[in-house]
Amino acid sequence: MTTHAPLAIEATGLVKSFGATQAVAGVDLAVPEGSIYGVLGPNGAGKTTVIRMLATLIPPDAGSARVLGHDIRTEGDAVRSLVSLTGQLASVDEELTGRENLILLGRLLGLSRPGARTRAEELLEAFGIAEAAGRLVKHYSGGMRRRLDIAASIVVTPRLMFLDEPTTGLDPRSRGQVWEIARALQAGGTTILLCTQYLEEADQLADGIAVIDRGRVIAEGTPAQLKASVGAGGLHVRLLDPDRRPDAAGILERVVGAVVLEPDPAALSVACSDAALAADGVAALARAGVGIAEFSLGQPSLDEVFLALTGHLAEERDPTLEEQPS
Amino acid sequence: MSTATSTTGGADTAAVRQAIATTARPPRPGPLSTALTFGWRGMLKVKHVPEQLLDVTVTPVMFLLMFTYLFGGAIAGSTSAYLDYTLPGLLVMSVLFTTVYSGVSLNTDLTKGVVDRFRSLPIWRPAPLLGSLLGDSVRYVIAGTVIITVGVALGYRPDAGVGGAVASLALVVVFSFGLSWVFSVLGLLLRSPNAVMNAGFMGIFPLTFLSNVFVDPETLPGPLQAFVDVNPISILATACRSLMDGTPDGEAIVVALVVAAVLAAVFLPITTRLYRSR
Repeated sequence: MTTHAPLAIEATGLVKSFGATQAVAGVDLAVPEGSIYGVLGPNGAGKTTVIRMLATLIPPDAGSARVLGHDIRTEGDAVRSLVSLTGQLASVDEELTGRENLILLGRLLGLSRPGARTRAEELLEAFGIAEAAGRLVKHYSGGMRRRLDIAASIVVTPRLMFLDEPTTGLDPRSRGQVWEIARALQAGGTTILLCTQYLEEADQLADGIAVIDRGRVIAEGTPAQLKASVGAGGLHVRLLDPDRRPDAAGILERVVGAVVLEPDPAALSVACSDAALAADGVAALARAGVGIAEFSLGQPSLDEVFLALTGHLAEERDPTLEEQPS
Repeated sequence: MSTATSTTGGADTAAVRQAIATTARPPRPGPLSTALTFGWRGMLKVKHVPEQLLDVTVTPVMFLLMFTYLFGGAIAGSTSAYLDYTLPGLLVMSVLFTTVYSGVSLNTDLTKGVVDRFRSLPIWRPAPLLGSLLGDSVRYVIAGTVIITVGVALGYRPDAGVGGAVASLALVVVFSFGLSWVFSVLGLLLRSPNAVMNAGFMGIFPLTFLSNVFVDPETLPGPLQAFVDVNPISILATACRSLMDGTPDGEAIVVALVVAAVLAAVFLPITTRLYRSR
């Protein structure tokens, strides 16, 4: 970011270990106020631990951070009064109804009894959960629970909101709704720190992205900068038959250049910025009788960015390394 | 995504924008108000899941019926004499068993994300703990009332009448406030609600039986009798009997209250520290 907007989060050298495992190994972050800032990384990269430190839930072992100008170590209360947290596990009480959850938070934040009630109704309506307001949250769908969770975070509008994997496990439609809400929050002036393992999500929402892996920031920039840093665009091909991928890889390797196999077993891509060369590659596949479902020439996807930066795919980390502070 | 979706299908973006724009930050609530709000949360849980009261009421009632009619005659000569002896003890037992659930519900909270939300709020930090204790006290009172009511239905008549019953119940509830912090610590240390329940009952069950709740310790072998005499549960049961009988045993009452105060003084700070660092 070249602009000098005041920073909502300014962290230097944050470190946190749990026993022998170093979950966060020296993270620096600079998040301009009013932006949506993506922290992108696979499971176990340390994203949640970074959020927990910035939200003052756990103290860092080393390093320091200021959140909206307040030190997270010494001014925890001031930080807490300006931020809100939407955790990875939905941070709402499953054994209460949706309405009761919102009233509870309203009361805890200092609204009067009628004030909390009015605010709850307003949010239930706006977030499309009015009809389920009297049902226990444990009976909610994943999408409804997430919306309630975010509604609970803006009972009093925070200046900074931590969104920790807000769409994990949601269907595409609910995911789109959460994104809309995040954009609306940003439009209202709230800064958002978005942790996600979905590359598409960061690309869709974030103004700036820090890619984090094994507790360290390994790259930083706008989505476009990150893509550019990986090099030119590429030819992306998705085959009708995944079994033909080895054949297709051989052909493209010969005609165009080095091939990258994508996580989708039917997809592969090859670095290439020349349209004519790309067309030759596609023509060669067609001549060899390899059925193509779709192909495109474009900027590299964030999947490729991740692969180029870390040498492994975002999804291939061992899920047992999931950060679990306890 | 459209800018305005129906309210049944999802969020209404325009209304969300409106909702974000309309809030000014209210002044922070005081510690007491915050704790009371958490107490309200505890009571809502009892309201939504009244079954959880079955655990803590059915077992003592079963014991009451079993001991009174199976062993009562053999132990005390007649079932009515035994009921007179054992009811105050069963009151103690039923309420103390309920305190284990304070730890269980704390642990259940911790396995969910909701505690993170509470801890990220600008509130007085011990408020969630004190508040849930307020909610728990409703459970204590219900558990105690059930036992006394069943006892009266079976023919139990305290000499000190309603006043004696209320005083005994009050003493037991105050003692439970102290004891519940022990289980809160267990709730913060152990991994699952089930582990808390097992560990809790493994402690409270033998302690209750090795007391004068069910039998007069006079027939016990010497070392066992010595243990029973200093067991705080015996002392609490003795104090409750004396209150029911209208002849308050000052010493037992004071000792019971001191034990409760010591338990709270030791385990409350441990609880708040563990809760904060969890």
